[in-house]
This record gives sequence, C-alpha cells and structure tokens, in this order.
Amino acid sequence: MIPIGLHAYLVVAASLFCFGLFCVLTRRNSIGLLIGIELMLNAGNLNVVAFSRFIGSPIEGQIWAIMVIILAASEAVIFLALLIAIYQNFNTIDVDEIAMLKE
Amino acid sequence: MSNSYVAEVAYLVLVLPLIAFAIQIFFGRNLPRKGDWVSLGAIVGSLAGSLYIACQSLSAHDPQWTVHRIFDWFRVGNAYLLGGVLVDNLTAVMLVVVTGVSTLVHIYSTAYMHGDPKYSRYFGFLSLFSFSMLGLILADNIFFLYCFWELVGVSSYFLIGFWNERQAPADAAKKAFLTNRVGDIGFFLGIMILWHQLGTFSYVDIFQAVRMGEMSGLVSILGLGDVGLLTLAGLCLFCGAVGKSAQFPLHVWLPDAMEGPTPVSALIHAATMVAAGVYMVGRLFPLFTPSALLVIAYVGCITAFFAGTIAITANDIKRVLAYSTVSQLGYMIMALGVGGYTPGLQHLMTHAWFKALLFLCSGSVILGLHHTQDMREMGGLRKKMPVTFWTMLIGTLALCGVPPFSGFFSKDAILAACLEFGIGHPQHLALFVLGVAGAGITTFYMFRLIFMTFYGEPRNLEKYDHAQESPLPVILPLVILAALAIGSGWGHWFQDRIQPPPDSQFFLAQTGWGGEAVHVADEGGHGGAAHTIAMLCSILAVIIGFGFSYILYFSRTISPKAIAERYPTCYRWLLNKYYVDEFYQSYVIEPLLAWNDFLFRFDRKVIDGFVNGVARTTRVAADILGRIDLYIVDGLVNYLAEIWLELGQKVRRLHQGRIQEYLVVALALAVLFILGHSIVS
Repeated sequence: MIPIGLHAYLVVAASLFCFGLFCVLTRRNSIGLLIGIELMLNAGNLNVVAFSRFIGSPIEGQIWAIMVIILAASEAVIFLALLIAIYQNFNTIDVDEIAMLKE
Repeated sequence: MSNSYVAEVAYLVLVLPLIAFAIQIFFGRNLPRKGDWVSLGAIVGSLAGSLYIACQSLSAHDPQWTVHRIFDWFRVGNAYLLGGVLVDNLTAVMLVVVTGVSTLVHIYSTAYMHGDPKYSRYFGFLSLFSFSMLGLILADNIFFLYCFWELVGVSSYFLIGFWNERQAPADAAKKAFLTNRVGDIGFFLGIMILWHQLGTFSYVDIFQAVRMGEMSGLVSILGLGDVGLLTLAGLCLFCGAVGKSAQFPLHVWLPDAMEGPTPVSALIHAATMVAAGVYMVGRLFPLFTPSALLVIAYVGCITAFFAGTIAITANDIKRVLAYSTVSQLGYMIMALGVGGYTPGLQHLMTHAWFKALLFLCSGSVILGLHHTQDMREMGGLRKKMPVTFWTMLIGTLALCGVPPFSGFFSKDAILAACLEFGIGHPQHLALFVLGVAGAGITTFYMFRLIFMTFYGEPRNLEKYDHAQESPLPVILPLVILAALAIGSGWGHWFQDRIQPPPDSQFFLAQTGWGGEAVHVADEGGHGGAAHTIAMLCSILAVIIGFGFSYILYFSRTISPKAIAERYPTCYRWLLNKYYVDEFYQSYVIEPLLAWNDFLFRFDRKVIDGFVNGVARTTRVAADILGRIDLYIVDGLVNYLAEIWLELGQKVRRLHQGRIQEYLVVALALAVLFILGHSIVS
C-alpha cells in the first residue's frame, strides 16, 4: 500500500479551497457565501493539520485547527445574525440586491 | 456722676425717630391707625430723653457744662474719622425745642392730616425729619453736622412736596432743594478749607487749633485782594446758613415752601429746620473772624428789614408768616453778627415756640375755613374760633416783642446788642436803626393779619358760615405753645447758661470792637443805658406799628388802597417781593436754561453726530468685510469643497457594492502578486 504523503493532503486542501472560493464568488444567496467561507476555512484547517502531522509537532496543528473551528462557529453566528437583520430590512438575502453603496 | 447717662440718653433720643421712620416706611400702611402712634410714641420718647438732658443741664448751673462722647467711626489706612455726641447747654435747649415742637406737631397732625391717603408716609417723614434735626444738634463734628444738614434738607424736600400730585408743591420742593444746594456748596467748601488746613472735623479740635493761631494765613482771591483764610472759611460756612436759614439773597425758597402741609410749615419752616443755620453759626461761633461777623451782621440786618416789608403786602396768611420767619431769622443772624451770642440764640428758642404757635394757629384757621389761605376771604373769625384767636393773639404779641411775652426779652436783647455795637462803631449804627424799624414793621403786618382774619365783617359769608373751631388735637398744642410763648423768656436761666464760648473771646478781645456786645450778653441784657434806650425804641416802634395797623385795618380811617395808589411804585415792588424771584428767573435760571439748551444742541449735533458718524462708518466697513467674507473667503472654502465633491463623484463609480466583485478583484490581485513574486524569484 502506497503511503499517503503530504502532497495528497495539500492537493485535497487546495481543491477544497478552490471549491469554497468558487462558491463564494458565484453564489447569489448569502447562505451560499457562508458555506463557501466555511469550506475555505476547513481547507486551511486541513493544511494546518497536515503540516503539523508531517513536519512539526503533531499536537500543535490540531490545537490551531480547533481554534479555527471555534472561530468559524462564532463567525457563523454573527453572519446569520447579520443575515436576519438584513432580511428584516431588505426582505431579501440576495447579495446583488443589497448593494446600497452603489447609488 | 449723674451726667454719666447723658450720652446714652442722647443716643436714644437720636435713634428713636429713626426706628419709627423705618417702621412707618415698611409697615406703616398695615398698622392700626396707619401707625401714627409709632411716630408719636418715638417723638414722645425723644422728648422725655431731651427733658432728662435739659434737667441735667439746668441743675448743673454751669455755662461750660459739657458731655462729650467720642467713638471711632472708621479708619482707612492712616486717615480716621471720629464720631460722637456733644451735649452742652445749647444742645440741651435745642433738643427740648426740637422734640417739643415736633411732639406738638405730631399731635396736631393726627387731626390736620386725618384721612390723607399718604397718612403713614407723612408721619414717617416727620420722624425722619426729627431724626435728622436731632442728629444735627447732637453732632460733635462738622462732618456729621453736614450729613445731618443734608438729611434735614432732603426730609424738608419730601415734606414740602408731600402733595406732589399737584404742580405747585412739587415745584416748591424742587426750588427749596436747589436753593439750599447753592448755599450748601459754600458750606462744603468751608468744611474742605478747614479739613485741608487742620485735618480734623471735630469742633473741639478746630476751636483749639484756631485759638492757637493756626489758619491765620492770607489767601488771594482771583488776584483782587487778600482775605484771611479763617475769614474765608467762616464766610463759606455762613453760605450754608444763608441757604438753610433763608437769608437774603437765598430766602426765595421759604415762602414757596408754604405749599407743604401747615404742620410741616410750623415744624420745619418756622421752628426748627430754618433754625439750623442760626444754630450752626452759633455752634461754630469761635471760628468767625470780626470781618466775617460783620458780613454776617449785615446780611442778617438786610434780611430782617426787607423780608418784613414784603410781608406787609402778602395776602396769603401763611406767606405773611413765612416772610415774618425770614425776617426773624435775620434778627438772629444779625445778633450773632454783632457778637450778641446769647440774645441771638435766645431769640432762636423763643421764636421757635411762638412761630410754631402762629403757624399752627394759621393751620387751625385754614382747617376751620376748609382750606382757604387768602386773608381777603377771612374776617370776623374771632367769635367762631375763640381758642385759635386768643392763642394767635398771644403768638403775635410775643412776635412783636410786647412785654412780658417771651419775644420781648430776646428781641430786646438783640436790639441792645446792636446798639452797643453801634455806639462802639458809629458807622454801623444802621444795624440798630434798621432793626428797630423792622420791629415796627413786624408789629404792623402781624396786626394786619390779626385784624384781617379775626376782626371786621366777614368778607366771604359762605365760608364764614361754615367756619368752626378745630378739634382737640389741634387746640391742645396751641394752648401748650401759647403758654411757652408767654413764659419761655422769663427769668435768667437762659442767659446764665448759654454764654459765648471762651474761645471766641480771643478774637473779640484782640480786636476790641466786639467786646462790649459780648459784655452786654454776659450781663443778661437787663442793665446798662444802651439796653434801656433799645427797649424804649423797640416799644415805641411796636406802638407806632400797631397804630398804623389799627388805623388802616381796624378803624379804617385811611384806606390801605389809597396808600397803595399814592405810592404805586413802592407798592408794586413790595407786592412783587422786590422782584428777587424775577431777577433769578431772568439772570440765573434763564441763562442757565439757555446754556443747557446750547449744551443739549451741542450734544445732539456734535457729540451725537460724531457718535452716529462712527457708527455709520463702522456699518459700511462691516458691510465691505461681510462681502469679502461671503465671496472671497467662503468662495475659496466652497471651491475646495466642490473639488473634493467632484473627485468623490468620480471615485464612487469604483464602489459597486457587490461583495463578490471585490472578492474577484482581490483574488485576481493576489494571484497576480503570487505569480509576479514567483517570476521575480
């Protein structure tokens, strides 16, 4: 069995990041944006854990990864609260519709 | 020492009316009976205190009896001012006179002023006046004297103009105040000369310094000649007396002051306030140099004679008495001027009683006739108003100097002093002659008043029918004053106690000419050939005056009209009071008004013009500045703002508000950066 090296993890993480980025850039729905951001964050997590497993001390990367997960959770809470407020004001959560700075 | 309480009692005498005044002014209207009992109680208290002081003075039997109490009034740096009370025999007599007349006037006023809308204020002013006059008497220095002097002036102003809703009293009050001011300027200058030279206000210190020969220097007046400094100071001080005691040529205010309520005329313009000038001359007697005294004597003599002649033609009952007051004050001043210190001050005392009596009687007549003052509307009132008639007759006899009424003793002593002086200096014999003539004239016009008012047929039947005797509060003071008018001259109590201050002997002895007069005064006036001659002359003058009066106004053998028609110029001059008022009108008041008018125009045209010009210039300058501000400064600021606005308009296109586009740009830049970085490395 061929051992799975660092590269494999990095490739998976990079593709995950690209999916997330694509999702953020293309989605019209705000919740889609949130999901995209979550994907990108998790790609980062995967990188951190992988690097830590193969290069640095194994436990350090995992601690940082958990930190990021906590951060992502808080960020999701704030994001959803903002969305509720936006929905109450604009009756929509379409990011193109709420471009107030435009005019 | 029984004298130990005198100073305390003197303070009490002074303060009581002041407290009454304060109560009257603040609460008078709400008190029962409108508070007249407050003022009356205060003045009765003062009278009691004055009587206590007088008893101490009488029992001392000492011409030099003095109680002097000093307190530190205030200090500013090294300068300090002492206050204090000085009580001597003269003060004691004056205290009784002032509080006595004032008490009787208070009682009288309760009836006379009954129902007046400003009743409580009237009594407040009476209290204020009593306070001022008592302070004037008790003062131990010229500064206090001056303060109270002015207070007396202002209370007089309030009381003359008491009915200020009418024009005449308001004018009279103004006239009195302003005329007094003229004299007071002189008084003030005199005080300043003394202060500048001696650095003290206290009588005692001033007399001491004068006795030591300080202030013996000369001053040149406008280069016209040298005058002794002390003479100048004395004459300046005397100016104050000329104003306050209504001496020629500042007598014009007193007859007009009769516009005030009659009890006020009795209190202020007959018995007490006008006495202040005489009292001041007496109090400062040691100051006056022989030359100053000579001027004083002549001013008094002229006043005595010429005011008497005016009274002959006056028809208003109060004006007759007013001119008679001016005339009698002239006698007092003349007596002091010839060195007759005691007679002058004795006349001050006796005159206070009988002149207050005469005024209150005239008030009673006026009240009985429902406010008629013109003697031509009176007549035959003897039966309608018996008490008023008899008391007024007593007052008249006392004023004329008929023995044994009080006026006889004092007036006689004055004439004797003048005669002594005239014998010593024959060139000044005119003083005596005019004095005797004045006595005759006094009798003439006083009996003219009596005959016109109380005898003959009633000239106005309607008023006569309604006439009635006055109520008890009016009658009572009349009777008391009548008793005093008869008896206050008896005995030697006055002459024994009030003698020229020893300091003044210095001048009199040094120059010699006043010595005899003082000598007569010392003897009490009932000895010596001069005195006998003076007495005979004055009695003769009284008889002649009475005779003329009787012929003209009682038996009517000769009609007064005929005499008036025979000497029209003379009559016109007398009727118009020697045109003194007209003289002031055309030579003082009108030039003053013209000058004021000129100043007004100057103010209006030049000063106001200048100010307005400045204002206009400022306005134009402000306008220009405003435009600069608006167009240049603001324009610049606005222009800058517009530049930024346009820039902003251009830049704002970049901000579409679409997050995803920003992200694309950010991503693209990040990719470019990474690519660029890898190419470079």
